[in-house]
Formats: sequence, structure tokens, C-alpha cells
Amino acid sequence: MVLSAAERAAVRALWTKLGSNVGVYATEALERTFLAFPTTKTYFPHLDLTPGSAQVKAHGQKVADALTRAVAHLDDLPTALWALSDLHVRQLRVDPVNFKLLGHCLLVTLARHYPGDFSPAMHASLEKFLSHVISALATSYG
Amino acid sequence: MEKQQHRLAFGTLVITSKLPDTMVHFTAEERAAVVSLWAKVNVELVGGEVLGRLLVVYPWTQRFFDNFGNLSSESAIMGNPKVKAHGKKVLTSFGNAVKHMDDLKDTFAELSELHCDKMHVDPENFKLLGNMILIVLATHFSKEFTPQVQAAWQKLTTAVANALAHRYH
Repeated sequence: MVLSAAERAAVRALWTKLGSNVGVYATEALERTFLAFPTTKTYFPHLDLTPGSAQVKAHGQKVADALTRAVAHLDDLPTALWALSDLHVRQLRVDPVNFKLLGHCLLVTLARHYPGDFSPAMHASLEKFLSHVISALATSYG
Repeated sequence: MEKQQHRLAFGTLVITSKLPDTMVHFTAEERAAVVSLWAKVNVELVGGEVLGRLLVVYPWTQRFFDNFGNLSSESAIMGNPKVKAHGKKVLTSFGNAVKHMDDLKDTFAELSELHCDKMHVDPENFKLLGNMILIVLATHFSKEFTPQVQAAWQKLTTAVANALAHRYH
């Protein structure tokens, strides 16, 4: 399921449109994940997870920056995300099933804020992009 | 409590009490979130979109719809009258779930057997469809689809997917 040229262009264009709000949306996606999938909270006992928490916002920004880097490296995600993969596997030891849950909540967030842009084709492109990011993150699981 | 009669081997009759389905518990807030949003849903429109998106975003799901005609592109799929009609059917059935949130396993028992025995559908697909419902609701109801409302709907779609998978063998 390689991203076609048109799909890459679509993802890049949407990311440009999101501009400096990527952090806001990633934070909302995290909040949605914690509420819809409470088991994901088990990875964050050290954070204040109440909605609006500054710690969740800070984490949302980290996630946003990683996704933005991914968008800039669509041709070589495994290399671009290697360090993050290592972090999630070796140090954080996150079960990879959780990446999909956050990915889904990110799609819900973007669908909600950009319904006019969220055509089925855009939806499919984003879904593919996120599944590539998730594969790249899971590279270190060997 | 309702009583049921079960006939075991050798004609032995056993009478058991039918317990309510206690597998999933919805809070009053979760019920309200589901019911109030459902009241605003145009089942025909949303049903068609949900099924269409499933076929576009996860193309392997087209395997169940070989007789639906043209599914060759996004516009073909989203405009396909059979997709729209079937989508409406599926979402109408989902409406039944909203009415029977405490009794999903029994409500979907027959459909579960049908999906297993006649249609041979991998239950993984029920989860995918559930996620499509959420995303389409998000596009239609930006204001109402708060994280709390999403969580209630996530719980319902997961419970329906489990109920539909319950009779698989």
C-alpha cells in the first residue's frame, strides 16, 4: 500500500493547511484517545491527564512535531522515525496496537475540524500515511 | 426474569433464567450522548457515506460486494446506488443497537449467525465499519462530537462489533 504521488501531495497540502495548529489537533487526538480507549492511559501514570492539562498539551506538541517530520520524509519514514521507534520499543515499551488507536483519534479530530477537506480520497490517503508511520514506529520491534 | 426452556440431549428439559446482558454498561451520560446524536442522523445519507468510505479506505472490503457493479474509483463507489442502498440498510440495523443498548448480544444474535454462516465476514470488518461511523459522524456534527461523545459512540460501536461476532463458530 505505497502512497501514490497524488496521495503524498494531498497529505502535504493538508499539513500545510493545518499550519501551526498541528499541536492543537494532536493534543485533541490524545485527549480523545484517553477517553475513548482508557487502557492507553496506562502508559502515562506520570502525567496529569485531565482535559486541558499543560502536560498533555506538551505531549501533543511532541506528537505533532514527529508527524510533521514524517510528512517531510514520506520517501523514507523508517529512517526518519528510527530514533522514535527505538524510544517507543526499548524505553517506553508501548504495545504497538496503541499507535492505531491514536491514529484513529487523529483522523476523527481532522474529520471534525476539516469536514470539507475530509473527502473519502483524503481520508484514504491519511489512513495510508498513518499506517506507514505506525509501521515505521514498529520497525524496532524486530 | 424471563425463563427459557432448553432441550438437551436425550430429551432432558432444563429451565434456566434468562439474565439480562450485563456485558456492557452504559452510563446515563453515555446513553444521552448516543441517543441525542442519533436523533439528528440522516440514516440514508450517513449510511451510504459510511459504507462508501469503508470500500474506499479499506479496498479489500470490496470482496463482499462483487455484485455491486462499478467500484473502480472513489466517485464510482460513493455514487453507486447499491452501495447507498446497502449502507442505509446497515445503518438502519445499527439504529436497533441504539434502541437496545442493554441487550446487544440478543438483538444481533441472528445477524451474527448470518454474517458467519452465510456471508463469511471476518469480524475485524465490524470494527472497521464502526470506525467509519465515528468518522462520518465527526464530519457531520463537528460541534456535538466532543471527546466525551466520541467515547460513548466508540463504546457502542465496539459493543455492536462484539455482539455481531458473538455467534461465530
